[in-house]
Amino acid sequence: MAEIPILELRNVGKTYAQNGRPIEALRGANLSVKKGEFVCLIGASGCGKSTLLRLAAGFEAPTAGESSMWGMPITGPGPSRGMVFQDYGLFPWLTVRDNVRFGPKSRGRGWREINETAERFIELVGLQNFADVYPHQLSGGMKQRVAIARVLANDAEIVLMDEPFGALDAMTRERLQDELVEIWSRTGLTVLFVTHAIEEAIFLADRVVVMSPGPGRIDSEYVIDLKRPRDIASGEFNDWRRLLASKLHSHHARKAG
Amino acid sequence: MLAPSTENTAAQERPAAMPLPVRRSFGEGTWSRLRPVLLAMAFPLLLLALWHFATAGRPASLIPPPHDVWLELQDLAFGGINDDAYSRTLHIHLLASMSRVYGGFALALIVALPLGMLIGRVPLIRQSVDPTIQILRPIPVTAWLPLSMIIFGLGPRSAFFLVFLGAFFPVLVNTIFGVRSVEPRLFEAASMLGCTGSAQFFRVVLPAALPSIFTGMRLGLGFAWVVIVVGEMTGVQTGLGAIIMEARQLSRTEIVIAGMIVIGAFGFLSDQLVMLIGRRWLAWSPTHG
Ligand SMILES: Nc1ncnc2c1ncn2[C@@H]1O[C@H](COP(=O)(O)OP(=O)(O)OP(=O)(O)O)[C@@H](O)[C@H]1O
Ligand SMILES: [Mg+2]
Repeated sequence: MAEIPILELRNVGKTYAQNGRPIEALRGANLSVKKGEFVCLIGASGCGKSTLLRLAAGFEAPTAGESSMWGMPITGPGPSRGMVFQDYGLFPWLTVRDNVRFGPKSRGRGWREINETAERFIELVGLQNFADVYPHQLSGGMKQRVAIARVLANDAEIVLMDEPFGALDAMTRERLQDELVEIWSRTGLTVLFVTHAIEEAIFLADRVVVMSPGPGRIDSEYVIDLKRPRDIASGEFNDWRRLLASKLHSHHARKAG
Repeated sequence: MLAPSTENTAAQERPAAMPLPVRRSFGEGTWSRLRPVLLAMAFPLLLLALWHFATAGRPASLIPPPHDVWLELQDLAFGGINDDAYSRTLHIHLLASMSRVYGGFALALIVALPLGMLIGRVPLIRQSVDPTIQILRPIPVTAWLPLSMIIFGLGPRSAFFLVFLGAFFPVLVNTIFGVRSVEPRLFEAASMLGCTGSAQFFRVVLPAALPSIFTGMRLGLGFAWVVIVVGEMTGVQTGLGAIIMEARQLSRTEIVIAGMIVIGAFGFLSDQLVMLIGRRWLAWSPTHG
């Protein structure tokens, strides 16, 4: 018998109603993520990447099909599926430490455990010297570190990331990509990562899922069999880049035409 | 304050690279600290001078010179100058006014905070109460004066009611605004971290609304001081508003002005106190802290 996937979307569709007019954001999407996998979703703007992620998180209910985690239907957001937003979503009135404590505290953990967990994950993302600082005093990259520590401290089994590094400068972005891969390989985490940067997807993913627009669908999937750590200047990396770029451009052409 | 701006150094290495405050020479430092104080003083001193030269040594002047007002202020506070019915009565009137200001304000908070939260968060209550509030709100507090005299009679209860009304609407409106304008993203963040239902109210809505609520409280307390004078003109015996009105009838203009100065000073101190509390509460907010 096949292994049960940690996350599975079966024939999932989502139609939004906007001013009474239906907008079909997603149609017939199938996606299955195995435990420990690092999956990247790429696709043109508006092809339903965020929608798919929000369905997986449980923020929205699908209008067709089924979404499940470990075979159980997803009925709403929960700690086992941690979300990292592009705009961070940190609580501005809490210090870094209290932001990381928020999850364990909500779930009624004991004080000892809350504190130990928070310290451990603050250290994991390298923010121990900033634990008592408020979010508005942090740079974008540091805020995103807090957001990552926050879901990890809450025992997230799968981390859903919606263009988490999209707003960061190139250097910070690269540094965080490295750190994310490092954390992922050390903790056995599962990651579903949305991006529209092809290079980022090839650098990070075990598997890249390409979506196409109008309405949003899963177009194709590629297993990236490059050895880690990956060299973005290598020939194989370039081959992947070329392949995925031509794939995405064909979508653009179709949409425009 | 820690304010890292770039990501170029690893977080662990940062503290060593924290910028040191620029050293200034002593004279420069003192000057930069004194400058705002001196600038703030210059204008009132100018006004005081104008007032003095326009009134001093003119017996026919309707307005007494600053020196007379200063003497009256001392007499009101400590006596020993005029020794009339007003000597050493300042603390009585001040206490009466302050108890109405803070009492009315406190009552306004007790009613407006929960009501505002309910209107802001419960659609059914918003739909049934909010339109009425929107119609009542533009009625100036002074327009309530006659009605409040009819209901509460001549006396301190009327004043108290007006102060309550004056503080009520700013607190209410800002509380509603605060609890309604919580970023949706924060609810999502809370619920994916396991904080759901009513817990979200205390852990997300309230803290997020605090800056707004605070603004409402500051405005409300300011209004309470504005309204107290009007409120105390309704036939009460004590209070700063009462002696101002009474002194006008007795043509004791120096008492009128002295009373105004006391109201201004205490209104200012009261606002400073609220600001101090706000800076503590809202240290996290880039616009308040
Ligand atoms: N809440 C909503 N109400 C109505 N329409 C929506 C809503 N959210 C998304 N849509 C529509 O659904 C489609 C897919 O949006 P989605 O945000 O999932 O795309 P995306 O792939 O994440 O795009 P981007 O790369 O720009 O973030 C778009 O046409 C968008 O306008
Ligand atoms: Mg998106």
